[in-house]
Amino acid sequence: MKLPFLPNHDESSFFHFISTHHPDLGLQTQGVSPGSSGDPSFRSGQLSVPHATTVLAIKYQAGVIIAGDRRATEGFQIADRRIEKVFKIDDLSAMAIAGAAGPCIEMAKLFQTELEHYEKLEGMPLSCEGKANKLGQMVKANLPMVFQGLVVMPLYVGYDVKRAEGRIFKYDITGGRYEESDYHAIGSGGKDARNTMREHFKKNLSEPEALNLAMIALYNAADDDVGTGGPDLIRGIYPTAKFVTGEGITDVTDEQIRAVYDRMIAARRSKET
Amino acid sequence: MAMPYYVSPEQVMQDKAEYARKGIAKGRSIIAMDYIDGVLLTADNPSASLHKVSEIYDCIAFAGAGKYSEFENLRKAGIRHADLKGFMYSREDVTGRSLANGYSQSLGTIFSQELKPLEVEILVVQVGINGQPNEMYRISFDGSIIDEKHYAVIGGRSEAVQAVLKEKIPSQVPSLQTAVGLCVSALEQTASQKLSPEGLEVAVLDRNRSGRKFRRLALTEIRQFLSPQPGA
Repeated sequence: MKLPFLPNHDESSFFHFISTHHPDLGLQTQGVSPGSSGDPSFRSGQLSVPHATTVLAIKYQAGVIIAGDRRATEGFQIADRRIEKVFKIDDLSAMAIAGAAGPCIEMAKLFQTELEHYEKLEGMPLSCEGKANKLGQMVKANLPMVFQGLVVMPLYVGYDVKRAEGRIFKYDITGGRYEESDYHAIGSGGKDARNTMREHFKKNLSEPEALNLAMIALYNAADDDVGTGGPDLIRGIYPTAKFVTGEGITDVTDEQIRAVYDRMIAARRSKET
Repeated sequence: MAMPYYVSPEQVMQDKAEYARKGIAKGRSIIAMDYIDGVLLTADNPSASLHKVSEIYDCIAFAGAGKYSEFENLRKAGIRHADLKGFMYSREDVTGRSLANGYSQSLGTIFSQELKPLEVEILVVQVGINGQPNEMYRISFDGSIIDEKHYAVIGGRSEAVQAVLKEKIPSQVPSLQTAVGLCVSALEQTASQKLSPEGLEVAVLDRNRSGRKFRRLALTEIRQFLSPQPGA
């Protein structure tokens, strides 16, 4: 039965609800005509590489750590030094983003609402797998915007209560979803971060070890990639990180991260003299 | 041409109202009550999975009495309304008052325009944060909306429960344990039977929680609250 004055919809998906009834609020799926893209890298055919970011996730004993740098760029200019690329999605999952900042943040917000909406309507939360699939559908819905140069590329981590372990999911622009067994990094510095993690990763890292590895990988990525910001010791801006465990999501404090970098920088400096 | 029967509008409305009232009175009652940290919702509900009380948004909860399929539909529409508003503006712009108005409009229109009115009575409660008072809106099948203070009852023999509460309610805002005890005894008195903790659905909007304030009380907690205090 239709209710007047209240929103009617048949499914439990908020994303589906707003795409159907409020398309202006959802992810933009059509806009300017193809070819009018302002992104030069797109015109030259180098499509689909999310630029200027490094975000990564590493599994450890209690779950997963997810971390990201703070730099946003516009061409050769720095647009923002303190942007947040790691988002808490619900009590057991978080995502990090690479790509065009506006649509990325919008997708994170939409995904948060989506999971809460489903949980309230159905009376129970989605499974970890279900959440990862849902995000894939949202990335897929954004495909028309990719051809405008507005790429949204998430890295999703969640704690799977049934399996009692953390899980990492990566995506491609068509919404394809792939699970990573140990660690992963995306963004322009993703490759550099993966190289570092490959060298130092081992199974069942402790929490401080995982944090250490994540921060070193981000530092090395910032070292080799202009699009990735390193720790800014003058302004006191450090990468952000979250622990995703069965107990919930914990933000890693700036003090913890600064301590890791102070030690690492001292060690590297001693090699230079 | 055959003349259609004439029935006075007064008669139509009266019949509809009587029909709806009968449906609602068949069920069991639900009580909402202020307690020291927020609002308590207690329902006499033998089912553990078909909820009568549920979360709408950060500070807002919903309770429905009457026909399950009908208030379930209203509950879902309410969540959609709240989530849409929160997404479009911000989380703090979602208010119980606006939701209660939507429900009232919707129920009123259905009552006057549809053949069959909805056999439901619903409650929208909002816990007050930052020193704001709690809000409770009781909305009837015909869309009439009543702003209740301190406690509200819907469904079943709601007037009888209300009468019991009116006598028993303390002048000071009760603790959670006292409030649970009070609600259960009022429900038992009107149902004239003992209610087991398994047959109760109890939830709170606790203003001390961060973010989403709604929480269901576990069976063990309800048992603890209802068991006679040793040494008390």
